[in-house]
Amino acid sequence: MSIQERYNNLSEDLNQKFSGTLKTSFSIRNDFVCEIEKENILKILEHLKAHHGFEFMMDLCAVDYLGRQKRFDVVYHLYAPSTKLRVRIKAQVGEHETIESAHKIWKAANWFEREAYDLFGVVFKNHPNLRKILTHSEFIGHPLRKDYDANHQQRATCVEPAWYEADENYKYDPDKNLVPINIGPSHPATHGTLRIMAELDGETIERANVEIGYLHRCFEKMAETHFYQQIIPYTDRLNYCSAPMNNVGFCKTVEKLLGVEVPPKAQAMRILLNELSRVIDHLVCIGTNAVDLGALTTFWYCFEQRERVYVLFEKLCGARLTVALTRIGGMTYDNPPGWEKECLETVLKIKKFVEELDSLLTENKIFINRMQNVGTISAQDAISYGFTGPCLRASGVNLDLRKAEPYYFYDQLDFDVPIGTSGDSYDRYLVRMEEMRQSLKICEQVLKNMPAGDYTIRDKSIVLPDKKDVWGNIEGLMNHFMLIIKGIRPPAGEIYDCTEAANGELGFYLVSDGGPRPYRLKVRPPCFAIYQAFPKMIEGEYIADAVATLGTLNVVAGELDR
Amino acid sequence: MNIQVKQAEVDQLLNTSVLTTTAEKYIGWGRKHSLWPLPFGTACCGIEFMSVVGPKYDLARFGAEAVRFSPRQSDLLIVAGTITEKMGPVLKLIYDQMLEPKWVLSMGACASSGGFYRAYHVMQGADKIIPVDVYVPGCPPTPEAVIDGILRIQEIIQQGRKRAPTPLK
Repeated sequence: MSIQERYNNLSEDLNQKFSGTLKTSFSIRNDFVCEIEKENILKILEHLKAHHGFEFMMDLCAVDYLGRQKRFDVVYHLYAPSTKLRVRIKAQVGEHETIESAHKIWKAANWFEREAYDLFGVVFKNHPNLRKILTHSEFIGHPLRKDYDANHQQRATCVEPAWYEADENYKYDPDKNLVPINIGPSHPATHGTLRIMAELDGETIERANVEIGYLHRCFEKMAETHFYQQIIPYTDRLNYCSAPMNNVGFCKTVEKLLGVEVPPKAQAMRILLNELSRVIDHLVCIGTNAVDLGALTTFWYCFEQRERVYVLFEKLCGARLTVALTRIGGMTYDNPPGWEKECLETVLKIKKFVEELDSLLTENKIFINRMQNVGTISAQDAISYGFTGPCLRASGVNLDLRKAEPYYFYDQLDFDVPIGTSGDSYDRYLVRMEEMRQSLKICEQVLKNMPAGDYTIRDKSIVLPDKKDVWGNIEGLMNHFMLIIKGIRPPAGEIYDCTEAANGELGFYLVSDGGPRPYRLKVRPPCFAIYQAFPKMIEGEYIADAVATLGTLNVVAGELDR
Repeated sequence: MNIQVKQAEVDQLLNTSVLTTTAEKYIGWGRKHSLWPLPFGTACCGIEFMSVVGPKYDLARFGAEAVRFSPRQSDLLIVAGTITEKMGPVLKLIYDQMLEPKWVLSMGACASSGGFYRAYHVMQGADKIIPVDVYVPGCPPTPEAVIDGILRIQEIIQQGRKRAPTPLK
């Protein structure tokens, strides 16, 4: 059965079951959309999960349509791995109305709903603890609403107090004989700005909770106030350990909305950059994880390899970490002469290094003792929490978008997807190690078969003309001027597109009103779903194991808090 | 006659093995080569700071590689990354916990001025709440630029210069 037939069947079934209260349609570029009245939202979500295999809730967000009678759209993105169908469910909610919480169907909904409440003020009924998640507790108003000024800051006066689920106003009770402990947000083991609060009984964690938002840099609001081409540098800073992947994800989304396809050379380059980034991302993850367990040497070894890749990036664009390498419509520049040869040499060097790293860690007794049977999560829980990427695959679920929904040339490349068995920290480490080998294998294949031709499309309304045209003739100058002043104007409509980033599914939900800026851009960050499970993963374990577990989840604050 | 000979010997001894200086300069010289930085790495700059202390750029050459995450043990606060409004009180607390003498290096555009995040939850520069001695531009700055910033901190220490103006309220 083709994908289209499956969508038609689904549409028929839904129309039959919910006749009158639901409207199904295909949006621009054929996304399947289902609009439903908010009273029936739980029914349809349950139905889709139970009867159509929609096991994943990938994303939940709100969109503000200021001036409409029912102001907000609450948008759910579901994914069925068995049939490879994606559904977008939309329900309209007025400013002072509520909508049922979906946290009982998918555990992932908990944080996503809190985010929608924090940023838009949409109230979810029966949510276990609907409180702010990204902005600080003294913040007044809902910043992603259209009537909130992007440049209106509010100062926080105190560090957020500790709290736990079902214990909002936590106070230390000396009679309970539990030691309260606070890790972060500035702590070497948190790699950034994560904060963990826990109560310890001896060395065992009785209960734990996390507070996020310490790096909430308002990516989505910035996207609404900038032109499409200006957003690319902002995407760099989502997952800054592997910046080119975010560039590719965003540009691919806009290109899908525009209905253009990038030339083969650009596709090959994007695959290459993606896989190199995956390797250096995993290197940071494994390196810092080893530091937390006391192996500082590994970290220096890993960073030496990262530097090699930085050199390659620097030759492509001049920047090391935040590269902004892609443009909407292709790449920024052509590769400098000799770059591909150098890249291949680097890939071979890193390949050798991965084996060295393997011999340092994989059979290291201390490493195994610290990692095995620590921070275990079952496949069922992982799916419910919306895990994707290496952390999901370590639990034994075979889902990799490069295989499941191949984009670019991924279907023509020879590589394997490593799967874990137990879902513990050691498995996550092993999956990452093998993924690095496979990524390097992909790099080699791409480099040996680099397509010839142009590195970008030449559509004057999308891509800036060459500098020699801008300076050399009036037409080039005019095109340049128009694109800079007026921006790229994709058709009105909304799409969701995703790529397999280093941590899992990186999705972009883009609503366009036909203007040069997105009306709404929602990022589906893989870390957000993963980190939400962390308190449950470490409860009942030793405090030292919490650090080991956190390292293997590879939570990057830029992506988590955006 | 004898006395004159002895005087020449003394002069030679003084020229080859004795150095005269002031106590401040001597202490400053010692301090500048034994900085203990606290990397307050919140974002992308934190990753780039790892490169600065990493094998290629090796901050140890300038005597500042003993990275400490406890404010009580460090004298150079490196603010590496965006400071959000939620993080502000935490940064202030950590700065206050550091013992005198202490210096602050603001690494990157975000820590210096908010960078290109002119946004509702981003503090427009760490100097809104703590004093900053040296600003290093870049997004993120190259490791060379950070090392240059550290050298400037060393200059400040050596010369015993006074701290930058007190922070804005």
